Amino acid sequence: MGIISSGFHGRRQSGNPALPPGQYETGSFPVLTAGPAPRIATDDWEFFITTEAGQRHAWSWAAFMALPQTDIETDIHCVTSWSKLGTSWRGVSLDSLFENVETSCRFTMAHSYGGYTTNVPIEDLLGGRAWVAWEFDGEPLERAHGGPARLLVPHLYFWKSAKWINGIELMREDVPGFWESNGYHLHGDPWREERYS
Amino acid sequence: MSTLWRVADVVSSTPETETARTIGLRVNGLNGNLAGQHIDIRLTADDGYSAVRSYSVARAGLDETLEITVDELANGEVSPYLVRELAVGDQLEIRGPVGGWFVWKPTDTNPVQLIAGGSGIVPLMSMIRAHHASENPAQFRLLYSLKSPESGFYREELQTLGRDSRKLTIDYVYTRKAPKDWPAAPQRLTAETLLANILLKDPAPDIFICGQTVFVETVGEWLVRAGYPAASIKTERFGGTGGTR
Repeated sequence: MGIISSGFHGRRQSGNPALPPGQYETGSFPVLTAGPAPRIATDDWEFFITTEAGQRHAWSWAAFMALPQTDIETDIHCVTSWSKLGTSWRGVSLDSLFENVETSCRFTMAHSYGGYTTNVPIEDLLGGRAWVAWEFDGEPLERAHGGPARLLVPHLYFWKSAKWINGIELMREDVPGFWESNGYHLHGDPWREERYS
Repeated sequence: MSTLWRVADVVSSTPETETARTIGLRVNGLNGNLAGQHIDIRLTADDGYSAVRSYSVARAGLDETLEITVDELANGEVSPYLVRELAVGDQLEIRGPVGGWFVWKPTDTNPVQLIAGGSGIVPLMSMIRAHHASENPAQFRLLYSLKSPESGFYREELQTLGRDSRKLTIDYVYTRKAPKDWPAAPQRLTAETLLANILLKDPAPDIFICGQTVFVETVGEWLVRAGYPAASIKTERFGGTGGTR
């Protein structure tokens, strides 16, 4: 059992069943990144998927926008303990992007403009659980939050939802990405509190 | 392992400013930590309710002790208790230290530019102390942006280090109130002032920025525009969450 701090009373919002263990709710949308935000014009933007066979699928912004668009209402959970409930996004499901991709790989590495990487098992990307999102709360995604587009994998801690997403590389083996090489968990399920390695 | 909760004894408690306090902790089995890392603190109320927040470590030890400095947030859930109530002899729980990115190691050889906004000084102070305690000859420079002289943390120590150390230079920017006889009027940090008070691009410094989100975003942007490579800039943010950090 924990140490009791008798003078500590707290706010008691963690009774909310939407909050994973150790999380508290915030109304704001904090920005957390490892370095300065890269600047990418949609004219220069591209999203790719590369396979183990060396195939490369790529979408320009226009081609990406021509894919079926989905509205997403979801909770997001940051490893630094804040959660934001009921956020709304618009984007393209990874199921659409992977429709013509042939692979037997179980793992992926998401690559961002600016060099950020994060590893995500493919099963966490498919089945209507992950998107490439370009709109937040009805507005184009701000650069500080990953605009023009970011990965959105809301059932994992939010560092997996790579900002400034550029593409996804399929991998046979699980390889740690940026934060995963710096003390954070390989998988990052907030309901299992997979925070640190 | 860093994922376990461990009991920490409060062994010291020193006010830094009117709203901030440095808290010394001793943790059985703690095996030192790197300069720039943070810990999670868990407080549990007598009915079992608990809250967790992250705090940067202010002093990177080689033993079972570490220090954090906590600035009280007006509407904070955890920080008012840590600053106003917690006393020497109390216990709390910690997890960590964690983080392998926003860290400085005595084996790093590049010159280092530190840029602190307000309480963002905490992890940078850990780097300054680790650097000072080491034989590492790399040049360190700190730019400390402050509301007023009274709001500064570690004032005497920084004054002494700034005066005596041959490998550390400290520059201050005051945004609301400057000390008596200060050559510049208080003003918000500008790109021009920033660039005039940091290491040049030329020695290719490693840059660490810590402060409020807006401060970090703005300074990072100015540096990139001025030609400092984005890959050389590491950032850590406080605040904006209703909690700390």
